[in-house]
Amino acid sequence: MIIYLLCFALFLIGLYGLITKRDLIKIILASGIMGYAANLMIVLFGYRRSGVYPILEKGKETAVMVDPLPQALVLTSIVIELGTTAMLVALTIKLFNKYKTFDISKIRRLRG
Amino acid sequence: MSEKQGLTVIVKTITRTILAIIFLYGFYIILHGHLSPGGGFGGGVVLALGFLSVLLAYGRPPVQKWLNIPVLHSVESSGPLLYVALGLLGIGAGGAFLLNTLGKGRLFDLWSSGFILPLNVVIGIKVGLSLFLAVWALTEWDPEKGDDI
Amino acid sequence: MTPPSFIIIPLASAFLITLVGRKKDLWGPLLAFAATVAVFVLSLLTFFQLGTGIKVYEMGGWKLPYGIALVVDPLGAFMLIIVALISLTSLLFSVSYIRHLGSDWKYYALFMILVGAMNGVLVTGDLFNLFVFTEIAIFAAFGLVAYGGRAHEFEASFKYAVMASVSSSLILMAIAVVYSATSTLTMASISVALSSVGPGMKIWIGALFLAGYGLKAAIMPFHAWLPDAHSSAPAPISSMLSGVLIKTLGVYVLVRIFYNILGAPQIFLTTFLILGTLSILLGVILAVGQWDLKRLLAYSSISQVGYILLGIGLNTPLGVAGALFHLLNHALFKSLLFYNAGTLEIGLGTRDLRKMGNITRLLPITAHSSMAGSLAISGIPPFNGFFSKLVIIIAAVQAHLPFYALLAVVGSLLTLATFLKVQRYGIRSENPVERLQARPGWGMQTAMIILAVLCILTSFLIIPGIKEWVLDPVVAAVMNKTGYAAAVLGGR
Repeated sequence: MIIYLLCFALFLIGLYGLITKRDLIKIILASGIMGYAANLMIVLFGYRRSGVYPILEKGKETAVMVDPLPQALVLTSIVIELGTTAMLVALTIKLFNKYKTFDISKIRRLRG
Repeated sequence: MSEKQGLTVIVKTITRTILAIIFLYGFYIILHGHLSPGGGFGGGVVLALGFLSVLLAYGRPPVQKWLNIPVLHSVESSGPLLYVALGLLGIGAGGAFLLNTLGKGRLFDLWSSGFILPLNVVIGIKVGLSLFLAVWALTEWDPEKGDDI
Repeated sequence: MTPPSFIIIPLASAFLITLVGRKKDLWGPLLAFAATVAVFVLSLLTFFQLGTGIKVYEMGGWKLPYGIALVVDPLGAFMLIIVALISLTSLLFSVSYIRHLGSDWKYYALFMILVGAMNGVLVTGDLFNLFVFTEIAIFAAFGLVAYGGRAHEFEASFKYAVMASVSSSLILMAIAVVYSATSTLTMASISVALSSVGPGMKIWIGALFLAGYGLKAAIMPFHAWLPDAHSSAPAPISSMLSGVLIKTLGVYVLVRIFYNILGAPQIFLTTFLILGTLSILLGVILAVGQWDLKRLLAYSSISQVGYILLGIGLNTPLGVAGALFHLLNHALFKSLLFYNAGTLEIGLGTRDLRKMGNITRLLPITAHSSMAGSLAISGIPPFNGFFSKLVIIIAAVQAHLPFYALLAVVGSLLTLATFLKVQRYGIRSENPVERLQARPGWGMQTAMIILAVLCILTSFLIIPGIKEWVLDPVVAAVMNKTGYAAAVLGGR
């Protein structure tokens, strides 16, 4: 139980960084931390008591294994977050090109 | 990068030496995707890192002379089309999309488990080329050359 | 063969466009057109062949519940028709609009990926597959919002991207909680397993999904990305985003999760009612004060989605019928209004209402179709907006909630005021306009005429004979609630 609460605390740290930091790069890093927290929670839900890694090898007999489905979900989720980070970095380069600053409180041409 | 020659000569020598080992490791992870952890995504990332180490060590202009970038774009775009063609083979054999039409083989063999091996290879090549070309597009902007790419 | 082709045809055409579109410029629009027409014809055939049944297709031959299944039921087929129709008119519009923005094939490739991913959201029967297709659609939307290359487009796209990544993490945590409670990911099996789980767990799951997908639907506390993103995007993309994206990614997924999986617990229905009414009022109050035409249309989108949520929160067949009818109507007239804004932007070079003039003589099709669109959204008979809003208000009164009906009527009156302002300043003001900066092409005019005619024709859907044929199977599929699971798992 304490593990899940720590995982949620990691998510809240990422959310804090996203809301309060003003540098564009730090916002991207904070959104990455939130993604890691969600992935960690998915993998932790697959743990079975005294289970081994879910791969069948030559010469070993089958034993109690941890659940492999959350691991497949996390693989897909990591690739999706890679795409999000790449898109955000590309937008940061273009924003620096146009606004000449990395400070998000100065990038406010749209208001109302 | 401000100096057009890339990093120092030590980094360039070691990159030249290790490049073959990185590509071998990447292909190993892709081909053994159905026997051990890894598969298309992980192996593709290692392949992309092989290309990227050359880009970082030598800088952009030499790599532009060595690699034919439009051919890489075409190979990358035909990856998903190959995947869809493999999936349609399943429909051609009378079942659903992505049905397993190749033989299943014996357990623990390299050619076992039917479909997973060709799909892993296609995904690995596509992911590797995509990551490399994405970083290549990001390095196009030179801060000293002025505004507006 | 049919359900996967909704996903295969757009995605294959997207990658074909990246392969051959570099060489010759004409292949991009041609391939995109061919794929969209094919998807439109297929979706019409599927809806009328389906009737009230349900079609289950197992990918890869794996049996349920071990594999991923594609499920087409009347609600999904109805929304497939809407997506195909709006994307066809958007392609017609963009052929001449995109010419002045740069190389074409990138736009068409991203557009086909967006259409393919939205089709994927609508036909899938597996929860994680839904999440993956949502992410693909969102990526295509980021790229398309930032397509023009001007400074405010990148800022809007960055804000949209950051907020969407927060909501994606929340959805992942919701999927983790659902998996730990039920050990399966197929939506039908989840609804069977959740009926034996306590109400506390259902509230957790529902709250996390509401926060995650509510942001993609721009419900009131989570709406802050919508005005920037929809006003900075190019006009055909604004109509796709506002007309179909917030409805497939937001409203359709919420209906699936809260009606078919969770079985519509009362606490969430009350939340829908409150948030829907809040969206109606605050959206239209913020819209009246805007002078930028596209920002005004974006705020009024928030308000109209509030009507749809109000209808869904009522949990009666009449309310759900009104909500789904309003979904179709809003897609039609909001797209029409965004196309008008795009034509005005090309013709006059500005989006500010105070600088526009009297263009009834120079742009007659734009002026008359904009009058049709404004009358439809304000709810004036015989246009379709009147009938759908009337059904929602009557359903609210019948469910003994007259206060919400009163607020919906107030919202409708304020919408009328907003669009009277658009007509007076944008189309018929006193400043004379001598000449235009650019003429609109034939594609833009055709798209506007098609949508204006459809705005009148869809009023016929309320006639009882046609209603049973078109709308009633869809309403029955939604009100069936957890009967969806029995239909998917049992009858094959």
